[in-house]
Amino acid sequence: MNYKKNHKMIRMRSVNKWYGKIQVLNECSLDVSKGEVIVVCGPSGSGKSTLIKTINGLVPVNSGEIIVSGINVTDKSTDLDQMRSKIGMVFQNFELFPHMSVTENIKLGQMKVLGRTDENAEQKTKILLERVGLTDHAHKYPSQLSGGQQQRVAIARGLAMEPMAMLFDEPTSALDPEMINEVLDVMVKLAKDGMTMMVVTHEMGFARKVADRVVFMDYGKIIEDAPSQDFFGSPRSDRAQEFLSKILNH
Amino acid sequence: MFELDFSVIPANSSLLWEGIKMTFLLASLAIIGGIILGTFLALLRIAKIPVLSQFSAAYVNFFRSLPLILVIFWLFFLVPLIVGKPVGAFSSVLVAFILFEAAYYSEIIRAGINSVRLGQLAAARALGLTYFQSMRYIILPQAFRAMTPILLTQAIILFQDTSLVYVVGLRDFLVSAEIVANRDQRLVEMFLFVALVYFVICFAASIGVKYLQKRIDNEL
Repeated sequence: MNYKKNHKMIRMRSVNKWYGKIQVLNECSLDVSKGEVIVVCGPSGSGKSTLIKTINGLVPVNSGEIIVSGINVTDKSTDLDQMRSKIGMVFQNFELFPHMSVTENIKLGQMKVLGRTDENAEQKTKILLERVGLTDHAHKYPSQLSGGQQQRVAIARGLAMEPMAMLFDEPTSALDPEMINEVLDVMVKLAKDGMTMMVVTHEMGFARKVADRVVFMDYGKIIEDAPSQDFFGSPRSDRAQEFLSKILNH
Repeated sequence: MFELDFSVIPANSSLLWEGIKMTFLLASLAIIGGIILGTFLALLRIAKIPVLSQFSAAYVNFFRSLPLILVIFWLFFLVPLIVGKPVGAFSSVLVAFILFEAAYYSEIIRAGINSVRLGQLAAARALGLTYFQSMRYIILPQAFRAMTPILLTQAIILFQDTSLVYVVGLRDFLVSAEIVANRDQRLVEMFLFVALVYFVICFAASIGVKYLQKRIDNEL
């Protein structure tokens, strides 16, 4: 699997972000290679969600450089809409479009952004719904689905754009415990298929199973960036050790 | 004491019917035009470009500070001057209503846009939709859905307000009834009838709005 890991997919250099006087990202630098799965963890308020949202320009940064597959996200002249369509994003609160059926949710971007025909979009949607195990729910509305099902639709919606990488912002933290696994299963499958993924999560089981690297953040800084075996074996920083002992001891 | 004689109504039914049609035509065109212009103003208002949002805010404040009857009156004289030829009462009145009502509609639509979760815009943009596509396909449909009852309530108010065209003599329902009332000396009957018609239409519509509100509340 290592042959595809020499190509840099995401490259962040010295990224800083302030909200007013509060610095939420402090000199963050990070590389993600093609096919890599990175888990970002850390206490709440540590800047993980902000970090992931800077990658597709949803959160503009104050300084630093972000390059995604050769496209400079932080350059003002970059066509961000174009770039965003190539990066899938899954949100904590699913954010399916409530006035559209599951199928329409998945078709919208394909037709309006990629310019696919109705027929092609429909076909792609069917394949994706099968992949996330929701074929029978194609014509339902988001409000008729459980949280786990909604999140799987959201993943399918992202995949429909045939992205070169997928970003997950706490994809399971709004879910009831019994629904977490159905979403993680889809994500594990995705990781095993070679998708480049950056996942903000507290699901350390998932991190152990599929993450190539774990990034630990605190107070807007990347404190630790290590291969996952090393991170779970013996994290170097005290803060990461403390964090791990808190979330693994129950 | 005099006796009420309502036979004056059927005797003038075609004139009154023309008046009612005029009222409905004016109201529906003003509602459609007002909502379109109002949506546009709301989008300007939330734009991150200061000059646009300030223009929209000034527009809204300006028209909300004027009595409608004055706007109708002024445009009746102004529009022909601007266009350079007589345009007729209907056109000038329609422009007045659209300009005036758009100020109110824009505030309702802006509240509707603000009621849509911020994450929806993020999700739309993350898919690669442009800002305007996100508004068009994701935000505005949800905003209108949430605001439909209030938009309709405003439409009912507008329907009543159309009777102000009286000042420029456009033959709407009220003016037609008044013509009949004066000519046949049946003022009490005619104005009772006018009141009843306005009441029935607006009351029925407001019950419809309440029912719709309940359905929307249940869905959300």
